[in-house]
Amino acid sequence: MAIGSVPLRYKITIDPDRCMECGRCIENCPYGTFRKEGDRIVAVSRNCTACHRCIAMCPRDAITLVEHPVDYRSHPLWTPEAREAIYNQARTGGIILAGMGNAMPLPSIFDRLLLDACQVTNPSIDPLREPMELRTYLGKKPSKLAFRRTEAGDVELETKIAPNLMIETPIMIGHMSYGAISLNAQLALARAAHTAGTFMGTGEGGMHPDLYPYQKRLIVQVASGRFGVDIDYLNRGAAIEIKIGQGAKPGIGGHLPGEKVGPDVSRTRMIPEGSDAISPAPHHDIYSIEDLAQLVRSLKEATEWQKPVFVKIAAVHNAAAVAAGIARSGADAVVVDGFRGGTGAAPKVFRDHVGIPIEAAISAVDQKLRSQGIRNEVSVIASGGIRDAADVTKAIALGADAVYIGTAALVAMGCRVCGTCYRGLCPWGIATQRPDLVARLDPVREGEHVANLIHAWTMEVSELMGAAGINAIESLRGNRDRLRGYMLDEGMLQVLDVKTVGA
Amino acid sequence: MCGIISVVDRSGAVMDGARIRDALSMMDERGSGEGAGYAAYGVYPEFADCYAIHVFFDNIVETKAPVDALLETWGTIVHDEEIPTYEQAHLRKIHTPWRYFFRPDPTLMTGTPSPEDDIVTYLVMKVNTTMRGALIYSSGKNIGVFKAAGWPEDVADFYRIQDYKGYIWLAHNRYPTNTRGWWGGAHPFNLLDWSVVHNGEITSYGTNRRYIESYGYKCTMFTDTEVVAYLVDLLARKHGLDEELVVRALAPPFWDEIDRMPEKERELNRAIRLAYGSAMMNGPFAIVVANHDGIAGFTDRIKLRPLVAAEEGDRMYISSEEAAIRRIAPELDRVWMPRAGEPVIGRVR
Ligand code: SF4
Ligand code: SF4
Repeated sequence: MAIGSVPLRYKITIDPDRCMECGRCIENCPYGTFRKEGDRIVAVSRNCTACHRCIAMCPRDAITLVEHPVDYRSHPLWTPEAREAIYNQARTGGIILAGMGNAMPLPSIFDRLLLDACQVTNPSIDPLREPMELRTYLGKKPSKLAFRRTEAGDVELETKIAPNLMIETPIMIGHMSYGAISLNAQLALARAAHTAGTFMGTGEGGMHPDLYPYQKRLIVQVASGRFGVDIDYLNRGAAIEIKIGQGAKPGIGGHLPGEKVGPDVSRTRMIPEGSDAISPAPHHDIYSIEDLAQLVRSLKEATEWQKPVFVKIAAVHNAAAVAAGIARSGADAVVVDGFRGGTGAAPKVFRDHVGIPIEAAISAVDQKLRSQGIRNEVSVIASGGIRDAADVTKAIALGADAVYIGTAALVAMGCRVCGTCYRGLCPWGIATQRPDLVARLDPVREGEHVANLIHAWTMEVSELMGAAGINAIESLRGNRDRLRGYMLDEGMLQVLDVKTVGA
Repeated sequence: MCGIISVVDRSGAVMDGARIRDALSMMDERGSGEGAGYAAYGVYPEFADCYAIHVFFDNIVETKAPVDALLETWGTIVHDEEIPTYEQAHLRKIHTPWRYFFRPDPTLMTGTPSPEDDIVTYLVMKVNTTMRGALIYSSGKNIGVFKAAGWPEDVADFYRIQDYKGYIWLAHNRYPTNTRGWWGGAHPFNLLDWSVVHNGEITSYGTNRRYIESYGYKCTMFTDTEVVAYLVDLLARKHGLDEELVVRALAPPFWDEIDRMPEKERELNRAIRLAYGSAMMNGPFAIVVANHDGIAGFTDRIKLRPLVAAEEGDRMYISSEEAAIRRIAPELDRVWMPRAGEPVIGRVR
């Protein structure tokens, strides 16, 4: 039986009264939606991914994009997505790929947590007039300090503090590799990290020489594929991150198809041109916490104990216990990436169905580390679906020291969350290596946009802190008293250890 | 709101509670009649080497026997009695205050450098979290806390505070805004040798509580002041920080100031913020902490609550209001306003 084609997802229309046939839409759509027919432009809506590029670039606002009304027989269980997925897999026999974060219509826990503010008995603090401290140190902290009094009565500090990363904002840019995103996109992020005084992750793709000027602001990543990893790479980073897992695809490795491995990517990743870059699901030298501890130690030894080593895991239900193990492995920070984290490409079934929300994971990790008395000794970084300053503030109140943003930084550079990154044709020059598309992204201007975003959120976080009568971020960290759950069930309130609204 | 007053006699000479009562009443406007209390050091010379454990019993029929039994398990009750109280027209007696003079058996707690203190801390947490109807609110040696829900003068007269003599006094008049006014919630808060009075609201309470609880302390009194006593116990007794460093950890300088310090000092202050960031307190507060050695007063980092210090001979005073101090000592040698976060320390010689 023939399956036939699935219905259109989006419908593009061009208003003939407005269109002046300039052809810019044809140029801008890498998916080949538009073509010229005589003196008219026609659209093949089937090709559209709703990336919005043509709309943004049309000088006459002539293009309209709507989600195409679905004409399947309605059914609560057999949704159009479910049926279409079956049609596609019946036809291809393959795994369905997807880009960006989880696309399931699940409620956000962040949205059901409300922040607190002071009234009367406790003055709120005005960040415009009073100092507000968002300075954050990431790395190992001693659980106690030892001092000595000299004969002259001076205090001598006897404890040696391990190297920490210092940032004036709790917001960092997460790891997106060269390969997954374009060099221009990486350059823009690196410039933003530099301007905003924060850090950016290189991802597992190595470090391109064009990024060297920003290396003081880069955290280099060591993933299972070890792409681009050598001593020079390690020494260039301000910190090193071992990637065990990623929120969008817990339990699986990565795959950069050979066709994306051009000369530049090949050099940066240190792999032959045109070869598939496959990072295996596990690190083949890590099958236990002891193995992890060895890698942490080796990396520290290699870089003369000058750099903090982070370990990143996907938020899964056992994340708290794993994080406690990581803390004991000698790592300086644990990064927990929630199931809304973005990705260049992942099997859709993983992206949408594996892992847990970052809110619950951070809360559980913080709780576990505290119950073992080691919370202070390791930093916790939350990532995966941080959308605004409120999410940042709530993540910190739940126990994170800092957050990584990914998708939000891409959106600041133009990404429209179309979710088609895995095709390598990103019309905004972000998730692509095609030179003409990459050239669309101006690293200087987009770097400013991302830096602006971080600056704006940082100001909003300080306003929220001031409203809560808090003038140092240390006092927000893990301060669940400043949160209340709204329409969250009892079980979730318990996991988050927050009271309900009105209590 | 809330009013605090404290005095230390640096020569160790004792003073009775009569004038403290008057000084605290002077600040009635800062309270709401829902809580007042006094702590005095040196009040039990005849049992100076026993821990004086003060307990509020809801009733002594059901709850006293298990507390007795628990104490007997961990040491010896040298003496115990009901704390004498005197009926007041405006104070409803809700609990029966009781005191035990207790000697813990150090052999029962191994692996700690201070087994006696640790036994007593354990007992405080145990009783307060598991024994309904009993609350230990004072547990130091040769010190006593006397508190209740009522106006300062009524609480003072209820315990007849003028009959007690101490070389350090702490007093507090409460205006509860966050939690209900109840006897356990009145200040001073005490653990072992530490007593705390506090005017303000600690917005970092959630962080401080989770920090201190990860060291085994349990906050049971629904108020932010309790956590201060535990923080001080942790930093001073367990981690060995001296008073100045404790205050530095609880109300540290701003990063701006730290950045401007000479290198050694900068490193020290940075280390304190890194290690003790979760102990740092935020929000408006003025606090006086005492132990048998003296008192230390300090405010939050931007001084959102008033605090004034004064000296007259051997006596040093810290209070919310100068007028209250002058109620005790009309002629003062020196009166000053400490800066935000700057500790005022009065040590017994
Ligand atoms: S894919 Fe993008 S550029 Fe192409 S038609 Fe759709 S919205 Fe326009
Ligand atoms: S990065 Fe590009 S392809 Fe990916 S979601 Fe954003 S706009 Fe679409």
